[in-house]
Amino acid sequence: MSQQTTEPPTSALDLAEEFLDRSTPLSRIRNTLHRYPALSPAIVLVLAVIVFGLLNDRFLNPANLSLITQQVAVVGTLALAQTLIILTAGIDLSVGAVMVLSSMVVAQTTVHMGVPAILGLFLGLVVGLGAGALNGFLVTRLKLPPFIVTLGTLNIFVALTLLYSSGATVRGGEMPDLLTAMGATFNLGGVNITIGVLMMLILYVVLAFILQKTAWGRHVYAVGDDPEAARLAGISVNRVLMSVYLAAGAILVIGAWIQIGRTNAASPNAGADLNLDSITAVVIGGTSLFGGRGTVWGTLLGALIVGIFRNGLSLAGLDVLWQTFAVGVLIVVAVSVDQWIRKVRK
Amino acid sequence: MTDTTDTTAAGAAAAAESDGRTPILRAKRLVKTFGRVVGLDGVSLELYPGEVLAIIGDNGAGKSTLIKCLTGAEIPDEGEIFLDGKPVHFKRPQDAHAAGIETVYQNLAVSPALDVAANLFLGREVRKKGILGSVFRMVDQKGMRQRAKDELKELGISTLQDVTVAVENLSGGQRQAVAVARAAAFGSKVVVLDEPTAALGVRESQQVLELIKNLRDRGIPVILISHNMPQVFEVADRIHIQRLGKRAATITPESHSMTDAVAIMTGAARV
Repeated sequence: MSQQTTEPPTSALDLAEEFLDRSTPLSRIRNTLHRYPALSPAIVLVLAVIVFGLLNDRFLNPANLSLITQQVAVVGTLALAQTLIILTAGIDLSVGAVMVLSSMVVAQTTVHMGVPAILGLFLGLVVGLGAGALNGFLVTRLKLPPFIVTLGTLNIFVALTLLYSSGATVRGGEMPDLLTAMGATFNLGGVNITIGVLMMLILYVVLAFILQKTAWGRHVYAVGDDPEAARLAGISVNRVLMSVYLAAGAILVIGAWIQIGRTNAASPNAGADLNLDSITAVVIGGTSLFGGRGTVWGTLLGALIVGIFRNGLSLAGLDVLWQTFAVGVLIVVAVSVDQWIRKVRK
Repeated sequence: MTDTTDTTAAGAAAAAESDGRTPILRAKRLVKTFGRVVGLDGVSLELYPGEVLAIIGDNGAGKSTLIKCLTGAEIPDEGEIFLDGKPVHFKRPQDAHAAGIETVYQNLAVSPALDVAANLFLGREVRKKGILGSVFRMVDQKGMRQRAKDELKELGISTLQDVTVAVENLSGGQRQAVAVARAAAFGSKVVVLDEPTAALGVRESQQVLELIKNLRDRGIPVILISHNMPQVFEVADRIHIQRLGKRAATITPESHSMTDAVAIMTGAARV
């Protein structure tokens, strides 16, 4: 047996024959993009920075860069939760609503009920986990498609938020300092960075580690890739899915905290578009909507690309509608590229 | 069942020793009905260490039901299953898996986006030693890749040199090799292969047959379900023929020809 394997000529021939065709430059590019899903958004990001930097010299100004990072912090955090769910071939339309609901719970309990800030945050966490558990329960036990589940819970959470808060905004000035701490800034090489941005980056590092270095992370990919194969390999698919929805819920609560710091308020109307924005960031970041493929770094790049396009186009003096138009084009291009890359399979 | 008293491990072992060798896996008079349809009508099966046992039969003869009962995917209504002489009662595929019965399903059940090593260790990842593994739950990627390489080498799978390649980049035969390697690796007691060559070309089928022979040479008993008579006669030591929910016969490639086997399968001949 070992003699067979120590014959490099035959086995090398086997490999060369049986591997897919890598000969044309196009297929080589495709294979590279296939192997490193974050590569295409990284290229887009670099190009966007160069182009917008040339178009307007205010773009690379530290104050503007600081603004971009702050604008990205909330959607970037939500997109992280969204990435987890999309990796399992799901989708979560309720991320923004869950974030707003938990931010209102945190703000209301501390300001109007006199609960200590830390306990208020804990209550917010309970709400986030509860929402994740509800989504996860409906997806795993009732076997409903995540799109429909979260479309339903989106409406439920929006309604609960408005009922609970009576539609009233809680101002940051009324809150304990801990709740607005994410808005505080520090200076890094001339650029003002908020604690919220730092928090988002820490979350990315932690999630990247978990997804790449732990068995749970591999199971998340395996479940999204082929749930039946994962089940037959002895993975409890439902348990993995449930833990993903719970983890997403917890991340959304940190998103709520960052949001309060960013806007210095907790508003029941804050997160209307955040669900779609988070999906946009994930898709532009190269994560496949079919599950099992993508990285959190791609998502971070995706969130930055959207932020940079919006900022750069507005600095270039374009109407806000053209920004939306550009983001739309980005989404279509990103999904097309994903489809093209996935053709490697057959 | 007439001898329901004979359920103890000792009884089973004694019964088995009467014909000289101890079966590693033994099924006694399995019955499985689906409503009015009788899937298995008192089927017995013995798998001995180091042999390839092929199961053949026409569609609806009860091949799949038999295999599903042995691998925990179905629970038999009656009858007993012994693994290593001990009675086992599988409720789920995971139970059979945990007991050392590994199944390679027709649809392969590999995770396309994960690499070869990750697939081999899917569901049984090895953590790093020390605090990195216990507290930070880091998997030992390097160690697993090395072990994956060693396992593949030992199984004589020469077409898979790079264990860091995503499985989706592999050919059908190589994917099958990954699935078989996963089943055979890590000290499994029995490997069940369900139509492993059904979707493969001639050359790739041959590679899989070689792999099956390698498993047998390593002492791992294999149950092979197949429609392909030439392949069955090439690798099998014994052939279990299912017909109408019963075991029609157990033959060997030496004692019977392919024509005989087909005749028994279709009921044209009796043994």
